[in-house]
Formats: sequence, C-alpha cells, structure tokens
Amino acid sequence: MRSGDMKRWLLSVRGIFLKDVRSELRTRYAVSALVMFVITTIAIILFSLAHEAAPPEVLSGVLWVVIFFGAMSGLSRTFVMEEERGTAMTLQLLAPPSAVYFGKLLFNVVLVVALNAFTVILYLLLVAGFVVRSADVFALTMFLGSLGFASAATIIAAIIARANTKGTLYPVLSFPILLPLLVVVIDATRSATEGAPLAEVGGAFQFLISYTVVLTTLSYLLFEYIWKD
Amino acid sequence: MALRVTLGILLTLVLCAGIGFPLSQNPQHWYELPVIPGLEEKARLIFFHVPTAWLSVVAFLTGMVFSIRYLRKRDPLDDLRSSAAAGLGLTYCILATLTGAIWAKFNWGSFWNWDPRETSIFVLLLIYGAYFSLRSAVENQEKRSTLSAAYSIIAAITVPFFIFVLPRITSGLHPGSKGDPDGAGPVLQFTMSPNMRVIFFASLAAFTLLFIWMFQLRVRTGKLEMERELQQAP
Repeated sequence: MRSGDMKRWLLSVRGIFLKDVRSELRTRYAVSALVMFVITTIAIILFSLAHEAAPPEVLSGVLWVVIFFGAMSGLSRTFVMEEERGTAMTLQLLAPPSAVYFGKLLFNVVLVVALNAFTVILYLLLVAGFVVRSADVFALTMFLGSLGFASAATIIAAIIARANTKGTLYPVLSFPILLPLLVVVIDATRSATEGAPLAEVGGAFQFLISYTVVLTTLSYLLFEYIWKD
Repeated sequence: MALRVTLGILLTLVLCAGIGFPLSQNPQHWYELPVIPGLEEKARLIFFHVPTAWLSVVAFLTGMVFSIRYLRKRDPLDDLRSSAAAGLGLTYCILATLTGAIWAKFNWGSFWNWDPRETSIFVLLLIYGAYFSLRSAVENQEKRSTLSAAYSIIAAITVPFFIFVLPRITSGLHPGSKGDPDGAGPVLQFTMSPNMRVIFFASLAAFTLLFIWMFQLRVRTGKLEMERELQQAP
C-alpha cells in the first residue's frame, strides 16, 4: 500500500468511527441500554446476596457474567443499526470493507472499555465482599479482557446483522468463541482478588494478547465476505 | 467398495481386540494387555473414546477447510461438504461426550466434573449447536452458506485455544493432562504398551475410514437432494 492510500484508509476508519460516535451521541441508545442493564443486573445480584458476603472467587466470576451479558445487549448495535436504517449499502459503496471493520471495532473497543470501567466502579463500590488486592493485575486483566471481548464480539455482530435474527442468536454465537477468554479472565480476576503478583499471571496476559491478535486478524480477513452482498 | 471392505475388516478386528483381549499383570503373550493401575478394565475405553473425540475435532477442521474453499470459489457443493462434515462431527462429539461421561461416572465418581478436557468437548458441542442454529436462522441459501462458513472458520480458530492451551494451563483429572505424571505431552501421550498402541492406532485408522465413508454418503445424498430440488423448481 502506498502512503497516500494508507492515509486515505486511515481517514475512512476515523470517519466511520466518528460517524458511529456521533450517531450514538444523538440517540444514546447503546449507552443508555448498557448503563441500565449494568445497574439492573448489579441490583439483582445485591438483592439475591441479601447482605451476605459471598467469597471473592464467586464474585469475580459474577462480575464477568454481568460484563458478558451487558456486552451482548449492546455491542451488536453498530452493525444491526446499519441494516435497520438501510445504510449498509451506502457504506459498502463509500468505504473499503477493512476500513468499515476497523472503524466499527474501534467504536466497540471504546464502548466495551467504557462499559467495563463503569461496571467495575459500581461493582467495587456496591458489592461488599469484592476486594481487589493487586490493582495492577486487575487493571491489566480488565483492559486486555475488554480488547479481546471487543475483537470477538464485533465480528459476530457483523454475522448477526446479516442473519436477520437480530438479538436472539448473538449470545448463542458469541459464547463458544468467548469462552476461552472468559475462563482465563475469570481466573486472572480471582488471582487479583487474592493478591497475586504480576509475574504469576503473566501466562494469562500472553493468552489474552494472542487471542485478541488472532481474532482481529481473522476478522479482518473474513469481514469482506460477510459484509459484501 | 475397497473402502467399505477395509473398513469392515479393520473395525471388526479393532472391536474384537479392544474388547476381547485379556488383561494380565505381567503380559507374556502378544495378545495380553498390561494392567494399568487405577484404570484396569476401564482402560479399554481409550480404543473407542479417543478416536471419536479426535474425529469430532478432525471433522470440525474438515468443515473449516471446505468453508474456506466455499468462500474462495462460491461452489454450493463445498457448502454441502462443509455442513456434512459438521453434522458428522456433531455425532462424533455427542458420542465422545457420552462415552466420556459414562467412563467418568465409574472412574471419577460423577458423570460431569468440568475437567479441562470435558470443558473443551462441551465447548465443541456448543460451537456445533451455534453453527446449526445459525444455519437454520438464515433463509437465503447463499447468505446462509457464506455466514455459516465464516462462523465455522472463526470457531475453528478458537478450537486450538481450547484443545491445547486450556488443559495445559490448568491441571485436570483426565489421563494425559498436566497433573498426570505419565502425560503432559502435546495431545495425549501415555505409557502404552506396544500391543495397546497397535490397537489404538488401528482403531484411529478405522474410525477415520468410517468418517470418510459416512462423509461420502452424506455428500452423495445431499447432491441428490439438490438435483431433485432443481428438477422440481419450474
């Protein structure tokens, strides 16, 4: 790719990202749905715990249950929206598929990182038994986990949007893809509550990085086939 | 024809040897299998369970290869092959899960323990389930082929993460996983006696032939169905 092409491609990625941000800010559909989802779920957890302190091992798993279903309720939005408004065709004409993919991926990454930050803050404030002993492990786990989450969820969202089933199949299709990530991430979160040093959890981080890289590369290769009619 | 004859002979031999050969504390004859402490008669399952589990993965990868070919060439036959392989893979996967669960009941005391390998086969089942629900959700045939091909490729990429990575990270009860002093090889590495090894690999070959035969049958019936649909369409 020549540098001029590269520049134009980066501009399209940025354009699509900004378009999604702008249309999101206009309606605040995904953000409000996600925020309400997280609040309701944490409220249900608090009610069901009924002031009992659950062990941190259980709570670190529950945290990721909230994040998984929260993400599933909002992340398919970017692609489903294009199909619902009938703008997918226009986008196909205006931008190369790879630019569309990376624009949407960037949007979803921002959304997941924000969602996770919000969830974690609420969770730390409200759920009594959940104490993080090594903050660095926890922060890295949340960040790398969010990246992996977004990379897997984005490509599945692209499939779902084309499959005219909208929401129902999204968690079904995503769960097997996300499960290796979830197992590793829940394990790392548990280590963070136990106060494990950073070096001990290194394997988990390597896993998360390789997972994200592999899935993003594959999505980049496959996206053209899914996206184009 | 040659395939069916070879398959029949091989499978019969494997069945007879795998079930019939006696166990002995110190094997003297070629047909006596050594006693593995802690497993005893239950060790025979390796001849049938491992090949089915292995083939459910192989079928999955076969499906992925045909999915890639479909995306490159857009030949409906490749989609047919891919879904046929996935269908067989699902069958083998269910068989491996069931035989494994029954074995686990008698060896570990419960049908399901969330051992890393049990987790991985469970995920493989989920992937197959998701694949077929995606296929049933899309009406348009070309769209269905494309989307399911893409999904099977994405899912196939996560399989190595499971089959190889997870059982290594966490130790498990399953023979050949990290906690097992004899195991911890790349996939399965037992201290098998030579005659056990012969039966094991013969069984692996027999099950693979069985897979090829069933696969050909399914593709042939699928082709006939496609032709009939074309004829019925005005």
